[in-house]
Amino acid sequence: MLIESIEKFGATILKLLESLGRVVLFFLRGVGNIFIPPFQFAKIIDHTWFIGTKSIFVIVLTGLFTGMVLGLQGYYSLIEFGSEAALGSAVALTLIRELGPVFTAIMVTARAGSAMAAEIGVMRISEQIDALKTMHINPVRFLFTPRIIAAIISFPLLTALFNVVGIFGGFVSGSLMLGINRHVYMDTVIRSIQMQDITGGFYKAVAFAVIATTICCYRGYYTHLSSGFGARGVSLSTTNAVVQSCIFVFVSDYIITFFLV
Amino acid sequence: MVVPFIQFVDVTKNFGTTHVLKGLNLSIFKGEIIAIIGKSGTGKSVLLKHIIGLVQQDSGQILINGEPLHQLSRKARKSFQKQLSYMFQDNALFDFMNIYDNIALPLKENSGFPKDQVKEKVFMRLQQLGLTGIQEKFPAQLSGGMRKRVALARALVTDPKMVLFDEPTTGLDPIRKKIVHSMIQEYQEKFGFTAVIVSHDIPEIFNVAQRIAMLDDGIIKFEGTKKDILDSHSKILNAFIRGENV
Repeated sequence: MLIESIEKFGATILKLLESLGRVVLFFLRGVGNIFIPPFQFAKIIDHTWFIGTKSIFVIVLTGLFTGMVLGLQGYYSLIEFGSEAALGSAVALTLIRELGPVFTAIMVTARAGSAMAAEIGVMRISEQIDALKTMHINPVRFLFTPRIIAAIISFPLLTALFNVVGIFGGFVSGSLMLGINRHVYMDTVIRSIQMQDITGGFYKAVAFAVIATTICCYRGYYTHLSSGFGARGVSLSTTNAVVQSCIFVFVSDYIITFFLV
Repeated sequence: MVVPFIQFVDVTKNFGTTHVLKGLNLSIFKGEIIAIIGKSGTGKSVLLKHIIGLVQQDSGQILINGEPLHQLSRKARKSFQKQLSYMFQDNALFDFMNIYDNIALPLKENSGFPKDQVKEKVFMRLQQLGLTGIQEKFPAQLSGGMRKRVALARALVTDPKMVLFDEPTTGLDPIRKKIVHSMIQEYQEKFGFTAVIVSHDIPEIFNVAQRIAMLDDGIIKFEGTKKDILDSHSKILNAFIRGENV
């Protein structure tokens, strides 16, 4: 009984490591192709439009309300210590260091990552990926490489947008609704932000772009191996892609923060 | 003795516990049209996928002009595979691309042709296959028959030396079937490519193919011309042609 349980545990760990190895290889194949001409500028622009531009509305909306909630919660916590003047600083640092990169990654994964996994998954089950191979087109280069470049471009820009809108949201609830002096709010925002906060958030955004895009494209690409064929297979791999991307975003957030602080 | 262009020697292929090919032997000669017939699920598509390299055999050999495929250098194998084209059973057209881009894709990605030459080739194929005017449409906006013809145009746009057709007429009405068969015959005569057709269109396919091979239970049970088929006393073959279970 005990040996059987250990065997099962061992098999699960091996399977996990194998799967992790495959994800890393998939990522390396995709990244290696970035440097092989001809460069896929048109496709990169297309995917940047899809991942970046089309996510702006969602990012503005979530950023605004996240900032407003932070302003509201922060105000009532800080006022107990008579430190409500530090609200701008609290909102800005929370957003730039943590919430901006993480929330942006989650929202973009939910919107664009799920679409990537589903689209590539459908291509897999309808033999479109095999068709690429028969045309001597490298499917990883064709499908994954432009997407990861587009994500590396889009995530930091969307994160910056989320931060700016979030700080404005904090201003709306803190200054316009609860009466903190607007000059004090803006002054604490500007004075508290250091360059390393911005670069730290930037590193996180790039790391999350790599993680989310790799997992979503990988899940779609290997739909047939992990989730099976058919519509159910695609829906399962899409769900797995989003859930696993979010988990890895949180885990890597902790690891990056650990090294940054 | 003529060396076959492609020769399967005792090829086996298993998917898990399912034995699909069980020591298959088959020769395909340059410039011929050969039809592979057989019941559904007997491995006809798997056989085609071995030729194009989408599937690798578990044992046995595939010879290209007498040389084992796996012993060819990477460059030679790539050069051989670049001479092939594959028409998928369900077309495998890219939903996110319009018809022009679907047909132009293999040229754009591989050939290094200038844009205007790619355009010229694509429009020529569109015209030859009666698809003029639909280049801006997407696959989902076309009928089944038109999608088949687009897939055929894509398969022929690179001027391949060998075209593998995986049930090219599935889902078409009898008139369209006839058109597709005539097209294959016409283009094969015109361009001289070798054609391997997996088909269930019996007896129509006998008029298209110069040779017919029947795959059953993982091996080739019958190989011959239309006349050989008509003269054959093979129980399995005759039952299959009549649509009866043996």
